[in-house]
Amino acid sequence: MQSLTPQRLIELRLAANDVRQGIIRSLVAAGSGHSAGSLDMADVFTALYFHILRHDPQRPDWAKRDRLLLSCGHIAPVRYSAMAYAGYFPVDELLTLRRLGTRLQGHPERMRLPAVETTSGPLGEGLAQGVGMALGGKLDREDWRVYVVTSDAEHQCGLHWEAMMTAGKFKLDNLISFIDRNFIQIDGSTEEIMPLEPLADKYRSFNWEVFECDGNDMAAIIATVERAQTVKGKPSVIIANTVPGKGVSYMEGDYTWHGKPPNKEQAALALAQLQADREQIGAVHV
Amino acid sequence: MSNVNLVESATAMHLVDYTNAAALESVPTRNGFGQGLVEAGKRDRNVVAICADLSESTRMLAFKEACPEQYIEIGVAEQLLVAMAGGLAAVGKIPFIASYAMFNPGRSWEQVRTIMCLNETNVKIAGAHAGVSVGPDGATHQAIEDIAIMRVIPHMTVVVPCDAVQTKKATLALAAMFGPAYLRFAREKSAVVTTEETPFEIGKAQVFREGGDVAIIACGILVYNALMAAAELAKEDGIECRVVNNHTVKPMDEPAIVAAAQTCRAVVTVEEHQVHGGMGSRVAEILAQRYPVPIEFVGVDDRFGESGEPTELIEHYGMGTAAIKATVRRALSRKV
Repeated sequence: MQSLTPQRLIELRLAANDVRQGIIRSLVAAGSGHSAGSLDMADVFTALYFHILRHDPQRPDWAKRDRLLLSCGHIAPVRYSAMAYAGYFPVDELLTLRRLGTRLQGHPERMRLPAVETTSGPLGEGLAQGVGMALGGKLDREDWRVYVVTSDAEHQCGLHWEAMMTAGKFKLDNLISFIDRNFIQIDGSTEEIMPLEPLADKYRSFNWEVFECDGNDMAAIIATVERAQTVKGKPSVIIANTVPGKGVSYMEGDYTWHGKPPNKEQAALALAQLQADREQIGAVHV
Repeated sequence: MSNVNLVESATAMHLVDYTNAAALESVPTRNGFGQGLVEAGKRDRNVVAICADLSESTRMLAFKEACPEQYIEIGVAEQLLVAMAGGLAAVGKIPFIASYAMFNPGRSWEQVRTIMCLNETNVKIAGAHAGVSVGPDGATHQAIEDIAIMRVIPHMTVVVPCDAVQTKKATLALAAMFGPAYLRFAREKSAVVTTEETPFEIGKAQVFREGGDVAIIACGILVYNALMAAAELAKEDGIECRVVNNHTVKPMDEPAIVAAAQTCRAVVTVEEHQVHGGMGSRVAEILAQRYPVPIEFVGVDDRFGESGEPTELIEHYGMGTAAIKATVRRALSRKV
């Protein structure tokens, strides 16, 4: 792993800015899709694809790669955008999101785009598959890791807890799971609809190591993953506290952006704002 | 000419003389699964078994003893069975997941659809204790809708072997085949009509008895009842039935189904399952399109099961030999 120099941090923040712009462009082109969660996980996905993962965009089937599963498939735009900027496919392909014949399905499909590792969208299923992969890796004494990205609301699904229990049983220290803790879901706040707190305690009681960080702070994300990687004999979860819609001021914190895309005017505003932020990141560097 | 070939193919099945009760062995089909799984696990270390707290009754126990490092116990969590197996398959394992068919795949349909089939993973579902012949446990544990919910999913293979010997062969064949699959078998002892020499190929129906009056197309342990019905009809009334062991419900052997309809011009389907949506429904879909003939269905008629002794329940729900014979006569009377 590359050490996180100030220069590297600026590169990663710029990459996250690219990823956010890619999300906005693909969503407005598609005319449907999920904005808030895609934007708020841009920093985590950038950290993964540009710094943390052992992977090779030219060889998506490389047997020794780390596996990254997106359990909450509806935020596919952030994964697609990060993959495009990381070199898995041309950035222009993002504009095919959700169109007939595209590899970039509304929810990710492995048979169309193998590098997404699995087909996802029905909630609560990603961690269980990650547990299977991590156990398979252990059986074969492999050293690659499994990373899973989950949403907070999908913790309302029973299967997710079956998987949590199982990861604890098999002491899967090659498994690191993220929770996009943005407190929103389609009908409102997670804590009103079905309270998840105390979430960290729940994981601890299932024999997980629990970390928490600002999920929109690149340096914090990377430092937290590096700590999680040193854990032995237990799976790790990183509760990434995020601001829904992060990076686009009129979306930030507004749950109504969970499941809709910006229109053309809104997208132009978002892109202008992201471009201004980009110059700000560059200015810090100068 | 084609009839001659078919008579030969029925002979080439190397069946036991099923009309001679003394020559018949009675073994649960689940035993065949257990034996096949052990052999598959020894042949290939990537074969893993995931068990949901039913190692003895699904017959995974022998695998646990023979291949302990390939055995994974996860407790009572059938959705997890499928999802975790999907992950294991994605990294090169060949997972067999076992529980009662009522829960596996009964409880995990959406995971089967998304993670196994849309995702095309190499996971094999072993559905044990299928049908009303589970007996005293009653309706909650009698899976009679599982064929319907599995056969409707694209990419899925559905196999319902006729006896313990064939279940072992089917288990090995599924381990060697890439792709999602559902293997259905039963709890109770049932007649072993095939032998080691009997061929088995997924997707290839087998003519177990030749005849030109009515075709009985059956799957699972009721193939024996179909054979007995055919033997009795021949003896009592001179009615000659072709009996087809239609063990692969999906992909179904369409040429064999059409050939049976062409030869006999009347069809009876037999399965320990709801008539709605099951193996017989697929036969009807094929024949409605390709060779319409009168069809009658033996199976459970839109009801739930209940407690009782296995044989008693088979009779009660109209799937015994007498019921099959009556249904054959009905089909015969409808022939044009």
